[in-house]
Amino acid sequence: MKYSEKVMEHFASPHNVGELPDANGVGTVGNPVCGDIMKMYIKVEDGVIVDAKFQTFGCGAAIATSSISTDMIKGKPIQEALQLTNKAVAEALGGLPAVKMHCSVLAEEAVRSAIDDYYKRTTGKGLAEQPHMVTCEFTVGNE
Amino acid sequence: MKRIYLDHAATTPVAPEVLEAMLPYYTEFWGNPSSIHSFGRQASEGMDEAREQLAKLLHASPKEIYFTSGGTEADNLAIWGTALAKESKGKHIITSAIEHHAVSHTLEALAKRGWAVTTLPVDGTGLVDPEAVRAAIRPDTVLVTIMHANNEVGTVEPIAEIGAVCRAAKVWFHTDAVQTVGHIPTRVDDLNVDMLSLSGHKLYGPKGIGALFIRRGVRITPLLYGGGHERGMRSGTENVPGMVGLGRAAELAMAEMAGEATRQAALRDRLMDGLVERIPDSFTTGDREHRLPNNASIIVKYIEGEAQLLRLDAAGIAASSGSACTSGSLDPSHVLLAMGIPIEFAHGSLRFSLGRGTTDAEIDHVLDTLPGIVEILRAMSPFRPGAVFDMTKGHEH
Repeated sequence: MKYSEKVMEHFASPHNVGELPDANGVGTVGNPVCGDIMKMYIKVEDGVIVDAKFQTFGCGAAIATSSISTDMIKGKPIQEALQLTNKAVAEALGGLPAVKMHCSVLAEEAVRSAIDDYYKRTTGKGLAEQPHMVTCEFTVGNE
Repeated sequence: MKRIYLDHAATTPVAPEVLEAMLPYYTEFWGNPSSIHSFGRQASEGMDEAREQLAKLLHASPKEIYFTSGGTEADNLAIWGTALAKESKGKHIITSAIEHHAVSHTLEALAKRGWAVTTLPVDGTGLVDPEAVRAAIRPDTVLVTIMHANNEVGTVEPIAEIGAVCRAAKVWFHTDAVQTVGHIPTRVDDLNVDMLSLSGHKLYGPKGIGALFIRRGVRITPLLYGGGHERGMRSGTENVPGMVGLGRAAELAMAEMAGEATRQAALRDRLMDGLVERIPDSFTTGDREHRLPNNASIIVKYIEGEAQLLRLDAAGIAASSGSACTSGSLDPSHVLLAMGIPIEFAHGSLRFSLGRGTTDAEIDHVLDTLPGIVEILRAMSPFRPGAVFDMTKGHEH
């Protein structure tokens, strides 16, 4: 199994690592039994994600997908961040080995989970209950 | 950067003496051992000598050595060969929960064909209880197959005792000795085994060669048919250079084993003890007393094994892990789980396997390097002592 250079770059020096004390959306996906946990923090101002950070327990691909997905949503309006797909995450990393595609799925889930939390905090309703919100059924396209 | 290789349980480099012994069998003595002419005779002589060298290491007769393409084929030959020879007598096989996949997946294939397989548990250090073997033997049991030493955690099984149980019950006993041959004594009479698998590249021999010891009087059914090579047990033109290499490797191992085992065991203990001392929330795995001299295995809690390996590799240190992410499957090592290690910690396993070239300075370098790596990964991880996660919502694999 071989990782792309981009994966190794993000694994060796991940961007946006750590907690975000003034985050207004926090999402955690995965669990220790599965061997991956991603905790994503976002700070939203006027509908735009002005900052994002992560903490991840997992393999090289889990850390790299966390790193690049926080890069990809930073500075983006929520609506745009919600369009982030696992495929886009994997492509941005120059591809992932087939057995690691689930890490990109986890990254997509983590972003949605953080946004869901932001909506719950600010409107009292989660992502699924937001009006005029495109909520695609979550599909796992791996292996 | 000088690289440090601590993955000898995966494979070893070919010893210079081994390569030197092999080369003439590619360049000068390349004949087919079956041929009647001088070219054939030269190749045949090399093969005979290799068989004797390997037999000597096992304290077996050369006639009890059957060369194969490696450890996996030797395991398959022992198991399928017994199954085919014995299916009219009974269709029950006993094994352990920590076998290499060359054994466990072979048994799964047999189970799909209607065979009954009893998989014995191991204790927290990975040991099989010989009494459990005795209790599991039934009138239709035709084979017990239990590894000599575990490749992941280094535990050496009580093979002689299990062998005695099998002999008393008149059941054939096979052991996968891929991790032990050339590293600790493997005299077949001391081990009470009827069949024993080994692999060349784990003892500084070449890849693509292994052997199955089959005790005289144990008649299994061949799997490969053709020209009747290996006394009809394994047809196919012989890999003479491989055999010669394995023979020479066996000879070297005999000369070096006692000294190397003592030297490596001291380095192993220093590594294991040193790591758990320096890394909070870590522990050693496997039996500390009944243990391969070259296996140092630990678990680092709250971080994942592959991430540690990648950072170790970046620091020039080659090791391995039983984490799901490195196994190519989605579950962590079946060995660690069978030993009762919680699945969330099994993801954090590390194995360092030492070799002839391993030095004190290399062990020091690992001891100096890993704690820092652990610290970096832990700082990134939300998984902490006392952290609570929703275990019901696993992601879809």
